[in-house]
Amino acid sequence: MSFILLVEQILNGLQFGIMLFLMAAGLTLIFGVMGLINLAHGSLYMIGAFAAATVAGYTGSFVLALAAALAAAAIVGAIVELVVIRRLYDKDHLDQVLATFALILIFSEGTRWLFGSFPLFLDIPDYLSGPVTLPGGIQYPLYRLFLIVVGLLIALGLGALITKTRIGIQIRAGENDREMIAALGIDISRLYTLVFALGAGLAGIAGALVGAIQSVQVGMGEPVLILAFVVIVIGGIGSMKGALIGAILVGLTDTLGGIFLPELLKLFTDPATATSVGSSLASMAIYILMGAILIWRPTGLFGAKS
Amino acid sequence: MADPVLATHGISKSFGALKASDDVSIDLRPGEIHAIIGPNGAGKSTLIAQICGTLMPDAGSVHLLGRDVTQQSTRARAKAGLGRTFQISALAMQDTVLQNAVLGALGASGRPWRFLSPALEDADLRARAEAALERVGLQDHAATRTAELSHGQRRQLEVAVALTLEPSVFVMDEPMAGLGSEGSKRLTGFLDELRHEAPILLVEHDMDAVFTLADRISVLVYGKVIASGSIDEIQSDRQVREAYLGEDA
Amino acid sequence: MIAERYLNAAILAIFFVVPAWAWWANEPFTITLMTRAAIFALAAVGLNVALGLGGLVSLGHAAFFGIGGYAMGILAFHAQTVTPVMEWPFVIEGTKSMPVIWLTAIVLSALAALVIGHLSLRTSGVYFIMITLAFGQMFFFFSISWSAYGGEDGLSIWVRNDFPGLNTLQPIQFYGLCLAILCAVLWFTSRLARSPFGLALNAARQVPQRVETVGLNATRLKLVAFVISGAITGLAGALFADLNRFVSPTMFSWQMSGEIMVFIIIGGVARLFGPVAGALVFVALEHFLGGLSDYWLVYLGALLLLIVLFGRGGLIGIVSGREKAHG
Repeated sequence: MSFILLVEQILNGLQFGIMLFLMAAGLTLIFGVMGLINLAHGSLYMIGAFAAATVAGYTGSFVLALAAALAAAAIVGAIVELVVIRRLYDKDHLDQVLATFALILIFSEGTRWLFGSFPLFLDIPDYLSGPVTLPGGIQYPLYRLFLIVVGLLIALGLGALITKTRIGIQIRAGENDREMIAALGIDISRLYTLVFALGAGLAGIAGALVGAIQSVQVGMGEPVLILAFVVIVIGGIGSMKGALIGAILVGLTDTLGGIFLPELLKLFTDPATATSVGSSLASMAIYILMGAILIWRPTGLFGAKS
Repeated sequence: MADPVLATHGISKSFGALKASDDVSIDLRPGEIHAIIGPNGAGKSTLIAQICGTLMPDAGSVHLLGRDVTQQSTRARAKAGLGRTFQISALAMQDTVLQNAVLGALGASGRPWRFLSPALEDADLRARAEAALERVGLQDHAATRTAELSHGQRRQLEVAVALTLEPSVFVMDEPMAGLGSEGSKRLTGFLDELRHEAPILLVEHDMDAVFTLADRISVLVYGKVIASGSIDEIQSDRQVREAYLGEDA
Repeated sequence: MIAERYLNAAILAIFFVVPAWAWWANEPFTITLMTRAAIFALAAVGLNVALGLGGLVSLGHAAFFGIGGYAMGILAFHAQTVTPVMEWPFVIEGTKSMPVIWLTAIVLSALAALVIGHLSLRTSGVYFIMITLAFGQMFFFFSISWSAYGGEDGLSIWVRNDFPGLNTLQPIQFYGLCLAILCAVLWFTSRLARSPFGLALNAARQVPQRVETVGLNATRLKLVAFVISGAITGLAGALFADLNRFVSPTMFSWQMSGEIMVFIIIGGVARLFGPVAGALVFVALEHFLGGLSDYWLVYLGALLLLIVLFGRGGLIGIVSGREKAHG
C-alpha cells in the first residue's frame, strides 16, 4: 500500500463525491424550495449525457457537448415542471414518488426507443486526456482533475448564486417561508420552474461530465440518484453545505472502502476470502455510514433539528 | 390540604429570545378545577406541552402523583394517569367515532399486540368506549366517520377519548373552543361533575365557563404566572385587570 | 357504480376461473402468468401493510423480496450440490423443502425489516423514502459482489422445490400453492386491519400524537407493521424464485421496489384487494402491451401518471366510484 496509491484513491473519491454533489445539490434545492421528492432527477442526468454524446458525435466539440447537456436537461426540466411536477407540490410524498417513478419509466423507455439499448460513447477531448504529473511525482488523469476543478467551480458559483444574487434571495426566502415570497410579490410559479430547471441543468452537466469516463446508457442515472439520496440523508435535507460535505464523505468512503477493506482483511484472513468478503463489505460501506449517521443524528449532519 | 396530584416547579422554556415559560410553578389538588387563563401567546400551550411531555422544559420539573416525570415521555405520563385533550382535535378523521374511543380504551388496556381478533368485537374495549361516548352524549354517533362530525362533536369526542383512559388527572386545552353557547353550557355542567372523579387543569378562553367552574385561577402573561388565587382574588387583582382584563385600574 | 365487495369477488374469481380454464385447455403459459400475478399480488399485499395501514412509504421492499428469493436460491443450491450452507458454529444443510424454505425466507426478511425499519423509523416523511430506497440498493450491490452465489449472474436451480404431497413440477399444482398462500395472507391482513393492533396502527398513521397520549407507542406499532410487511414480501420472493427457478440481483433492484408499489397504486391504496387487482392488471399489461411493443413501460408510465394526477383511488376506486378506502 503505497502513498501514491493513497493519494490517487483520495483524488478519485473526491472526484466521485463532487459529481455526486452536482446531483445532490439540485435534489436538495428542489426539496428545500418546493418540498418535492424527485425520483426523475436521474433521468435528467441521463438526458444530459445523451445530449452531450449526440452533439459531440455531430460536432466533435466537447464544449458544445457540455453546453448541449446543460441546455437539454434544463429545458426538459422546465417542460416537465410545467406539465407534471407543478401538479405535485400539493400532493403527498407517495404521489410524488409514484408520479416521478412514472416519469423515469417514460424517460428511460423513451430514450431506449430513440437511441437503442446499446451504450453511446462520449470521448474525452485530446486537450483533457492523458496523465498529468502532480507535486510528489504522482501521475493522475488530467480529465479527472478537470472534473474536480469544474465541480468545485460550479459549487462555488452555486454558493454565490444563492447568497449573493436576487434570485438566490428569493430561493432562500422560499425555503424559509412560502407565504413570504408571495407577500414579497415574487412570481412563485416562475421561481419554481426556474429552480427545477436549475437543478435539472446541474444534473445534466454531471451526466455529461461523468459520461465521458463511463458509458452513456439508459438507466445510468438511477444508481447515482440513489447515492445522491444517501448524500442528502447524511448531509441533511435542504442544506447545500450538507450536500457538499455528504457528497465528499460518500465519494471517499466508496472509493477508499473498495480498495482498503480487502487489504485490511488480508491482515486477518487468507487473501481469497479477504478479497471476496472485503469487496462485499465495501459495497455496503456507504450504507453502513448512512446508518451510523442516522443513529447519531437522525436529521443529518446539517439538517434542521426536528 | 391534600398533596397536589400534578405540579410544575419553576419550569422555564425559551425559543430563542422568546421566554414562553418563565419560572412557572402551578399545582392541581384532588377534586378541584384549576383554570389557566391568559391572552393569546401567553405560553399556555407551551405549558401544556411541557406538562404532557411533548416539550422538555429548559429548567424546572413536572411532578405527577408525587413522582418526578420531567424526563418521561408522553406515553409514560399517559400510563401514569394523565388524560389530555387537544386544543386542535387530534382524532383519526378517517375512522369512526367508536374506533377513536376504542383507541383510548386500547391504550388504557395496554394490550395493542393482538393481531387477529377484531378490536370492535372485544367486549371490554367496546364497553369502556361506549360508556365514554355515552357520557359525552355521542352514543348515537358511534358509527359516524369522525370527519363528518361537527366541530362541537369533535370537542366532545376529544373529551370522550380522555375519559376512556380513566385518568387520575385531566389536562384540557380549550375544550370549549368553538362550541356554541348551548354546547359550552352542557360541557360546563359535565366538567363540574367530572372534577369529583379526577381534578382538571383547564386552559380556557371562555370566561363564563372559567368563572363557573374554577376553584382556582392562575393568570399567565408573557410566560409568567402574574397572579394565582380564587375567583374573587383574581377579579380584584390590579395587575390582572391591567395586563389581561384590559381595564384601567 | 359497482360496490367494492362485488368487485373484490370478481377479482378473486379471475384467480380461480382463468387458471382452471387454462388447465382444461392445456395452456400452461397462462397458468404461469397467473402464478406470476398471484406472487406479485402477495408481495404487494405485504407492502400494503406498511404503506396502506402504517402510512410508511417504503421504496426498499425489493430488499425483502430479494432476501426471500436468495433464501430459496441458497438453500436449494446447497441441496442440489450436496454441500452444507455453513459448518461453523453449527452445520446447516441445504434443502429442497418448500415449507422450510418459506419459513427461512419469512424469518430472514422479518429480521432485515426489523433492522431497516428500526433505523428508518428514526426519521419520517421524505427521509424515510430515501433511506429505505438506499437500504434496498445496499442489498442489490451486496448480492452483485457476493460471488459465492453467482454475483451478477445470479443462481439457477435445476428443479423446482418440493412440497409434501404435491407435484410442484405441474404448473397448476404450484399455482394452487401460491393462490392458497395469497388467500391465507389476504385473510390474515383483513383480520389484521380490524384487530386491536390494526386499529392502533391506523390511528398512528393519521395522528401519532394521539396514539402517544393514550399511552401507546406509535413508532413501535409502525415498526411491527414494517416487519410483518417485510416478512410477507419475503415469502413472495421465495415463491417468485421458485417460479423462475432462478434468483439474481434484479430481485433486489430499485425498479422492483417501485413496481411493487405500482401494483398497489394501480389497484388503490389501503384497499384489501387493491394490490391484487394492481398485480393482475400489471401482469396483463406486461403480457399484452409487452407483446405489442418493446417499449410498453412507456405506456405503463403514462397510465401511472394519469392515475396519480387524476384518479387517486386507483382502478378499484374508479370502478367502484369511491375515492377513499375508508368509509
